[in-house]
Amino acid sequence: MVRALNEALRRSLADDPRMLVLGEDIGPLGGVFRVTDGIQAEFGKERVFDTPLAESAIAGVSLGLALAGWHPVAEMQFEGFSYPALDQVISHIAKYRFRSRGRQTAPIVIRIPFAGGVGAAEHHGESPEAYYAHTSGLKVVVPSTPIDAYHLLRASIADPDPVIFFEPKSRYWSKEQGELDGEGPPIGKGRVVRKGTDCTIVSYGAMVARSLAAAGRASQESGVEIEVVDLRSLVPLDLDLLAESVRRTGRAVVVHEAPLTAGFGAEVVARIVEDCFDFLEAPVLRVTGYDTPYPPATIEQHYVPSVERILAAVERVTGY
Amino acid sequence: MKPTMAEGEPLRVLPLHGGTSPDPSTLRLKEEELRELYRLMVLTRKADLEATALQRQGELAVYPPLIGQEAAQVGSAFALEESDWMFPSYRELGAAVVRGVDLIEYLHFYRATWHGGTYDANAHRFGYVSVPVASQILHAVGYAMGSKMDGKGIATLVYFGDGATSEGDFHEGCNFAAVFRAPVVFFCQNNQWAISVPLSAQTVAPIWRKAEAYGFPGVLVDGNDVLAVYQATKEAAARARDGGVPTLIEAVTYRIGPHSTADDASRYRTDDEVSRWKALDPLDRYRGWLEASGAADAWYFEQVEQESKEFAHRMRTGVIASGPRPVAEMFEWVFADLPPHLARQREEALRFARGKGGGSGGKGG
Repeated sequence: MVRALNEALRRSLADDPRMLVLGEDIGPLGGVFRVTDGIQAEFGKERVFDTPLAESAIAGVSLGLALAGWHPVAEMQFEGFSYPALDQVISHIAKYRFRSRGRQTAPIVIRIPFAGGVGAAEHHGESPEAYYAHTSGLKVVVPSTPIDAYHLLRASIADPDPVIFFEPKSRYWSKEQGELDGEGPPIGKGRVVRKGTDCTIVSYGAMVARSLAAAGRASQESGVEIEVVDLRSLVPLDLDLLAESVRRTGRAVVVHEAPLTAGFGAEVVARIVEDCFDFLEAPVLRVTGYDTPYPPATIEQHYVPSVERILAAVERVTGY
Repeated sequence: MKPTMAEGEPLRVLPLHGGTSPDPSTLRLKEEELRELYRLMVLTRKADLEATALQRQGELAVYPPLIGQEAAQVGSAFALEESDWMFPSYRELGAAVVRGVDLIEYLHFYRATWHGGTYDANAHRFGYVSVPVASQILHAVGYAMGSKMDGKGIATLVYFGDGATSEGDFHEGCNFAAVFRAPVVFFCQNNQWAISVPLSAQTVAPIWRKAEAYGFPGVLVDGNDVLAVYQATKEAAARARDGGVPTLIEAVTYRIGPHSTADDASRYRTDDEVSRWKALDPLDRYRGWLEASGAADAWYFEQVEQESKEFAHRMRTGVIASGPRPVAEMFEWVFADLPPHLARQREEALRFARGKGGGSGGKGG
C-alpha cells in the first residue's frame, strides 16, 4: 500500500502543477512510513517540502496556500499528532467554501496514518475518524487495499473539497496485484468485497481484511455466508449500497477499531435501521475497540476486533 | 501616551499634543493622500458608531466596536498596494473601508445573515472575517508563501490583537514565515484588553520584541498616529515584497469601546483609564495637525463630515433592508456537489420551511 500511495502522489504531482506536498519529515526521509519516498528528489523542494514541527500550522498554512490557488496535500505524521490541527480543520478548512459562498475553497488533502495493530507506542494507534466524519464540510476516505488506496488518493487530490484521508497503518505493507491505470472508484462509493446471503459485515480500513478472514472461517466452519461491505468513504457514505446489501441479507454487524460510543459504527447502524427496518431479522451489532484509551501494544490484540469477536457477533445475529 | 509594557519609544510622526511639526512637505505622502487618510478615518468612525447603534437597535446580532483604533487600521491598510492582500480578524471595519468593501456586505456577518459576510474577498484582496483568535495568521502566512511561489511580488498583511499573541497559531505562524521567508506583515493592534484581560496579564515580554525570537524585525509604533502606522507598514511591506522578510508590528492603541456589544467593560476597567485614552483620540490628533500644518482647511473638514454622514446613512439603510438568506443556501456551499445524504436533508429542510413538513414521518437524512 505504501508504494501505491507513493505512486498516486507522483502521478498527481505530474498531472497537477498546482499540487504541493508538505508535512513533517516528508522530504529526504520520505516520511516515517516512506509514503513520500523519493518524491522531493523528483519534484523539487519547492513543491515537496518539510515543515517545522507544528501541526496547526501545517493545516492553517495549507489553507492559505489553497486560497492562493495551490492544492496542498499535507501529511500528519500520526493520527495522535493530528489533534493540534483540529481547530484549523474544523473552524476553517471545513467551512471555507460555505462561509465564502463558494468564492474561496479548500481543495486540501490531509493524509493521516491511523489505527493500531502495529505494536506502536502511545498516540500511534488511535482511530479518530469520527471526529472528522462529524464535521460538516469534510470528506472522509479510508482505503483498505493498495489499489483502492491508489485510486482514492488520486480522487481525493482531484476533489474540489477538503478530504481527510486515513491510511490504515497495519495495511501499509499489504500487497495486491492489479492495474493502476484506468478508472478507479470515486469518493462516496463503497463496494461488496465478498458476496454472502446470511449477514452483512460493514467495515472500513484495516478491519475489512479481518472481516474477510472472519467470513472465510464462518463459511468453512458453519456454512454461514457473510457478505462484507467495504465503505471506503465515510463521508459521503454509500447509503444505497448499505441499504441494498442489508435488505438482501436481513442482518448486519459493523466492525471498526475506534471505540464503541459515538463511533462511526453508530452512524452506520442508525442508517441501517432507518433505511432497512422492515427487512431486519435481528438487531444490528457493533464489534469495535472498547471505550478505553488505546491500550499498550502488548495487549492491543485484546482491543482491536478479532476474528473471534466478529464471529461471536455474527453468531448472535444469525441465531436470533 | 505611555504604552503598556513596551520597552523603548514607539515610532511616532505626529505630535502628541499639538503643533505644526512635521512639515507636510517632508513626508512621503502627497497632500491629497494626507487628506484621504483623514477622510478614511472619519468614514470609519462614522460607520463604526452607526454599526454600534444598529446593534443597540436590534438590527445587528453583535458588533465589536473599533473606536479608538482608526489610525492603526486606516494607516496600515492605506500603506499597502492595491495588489497586496490582507487577512482581518473581526474588528477591522476600518481596513475594509480602505479596501472599498461594501459595508452592508461586510456587516452581514454581524447581522447574522452570512458567516463570512457576503463581499468578494478576492475582488478586494481582503479576506473573510475570522473569529477564532489568531487562526487567520496561518492563512496569511500560507497565502504569502503561495503568492511568493507564483512570483507575484505582493505582501500579505494579517491583523490580530494583543490577546492573539498568546495563541499557538501566532507563534507557529511567525516561525513558518521566518523559515519560508514568507512576504508577510504581522500587524498586532495592541488595544490593551483581550475582552477583560489586560496586557499585563496576557504576556510579560513586549509584543514587538517577540519578533527577535523568530529572526525578523519587530517594530513598535504609536498606533494612534496614523502617519507613523503608515510609515511602519509601508517599510514592512517593502521588506516583505523585496526580500521575503517578515515584520512584526506592534501598534499601541486602545479599545475605547467594549470588546463587543455583548460585553460590559465597566466590570473590569475604570472610566478614568478610558478618559485618558479618549484624550489621545487618533482623529482629533490628526485633524489638529492637518489644521495646524495647513494640509487641510475648514471647508475640507466640513465636506468630509457631510460625506461621512451620508456614508453611514446609506450603510444603515442597506443593512436594515437586508433580510435572511434563503434556507436552501444552507446546503449550497457545503461541498462543490450535493452528496446524497445532504440532498435528503435539504429536501426535508425545504419541505418544513414551506410549512409542509408534517405527516411524512422521520425518514432520516
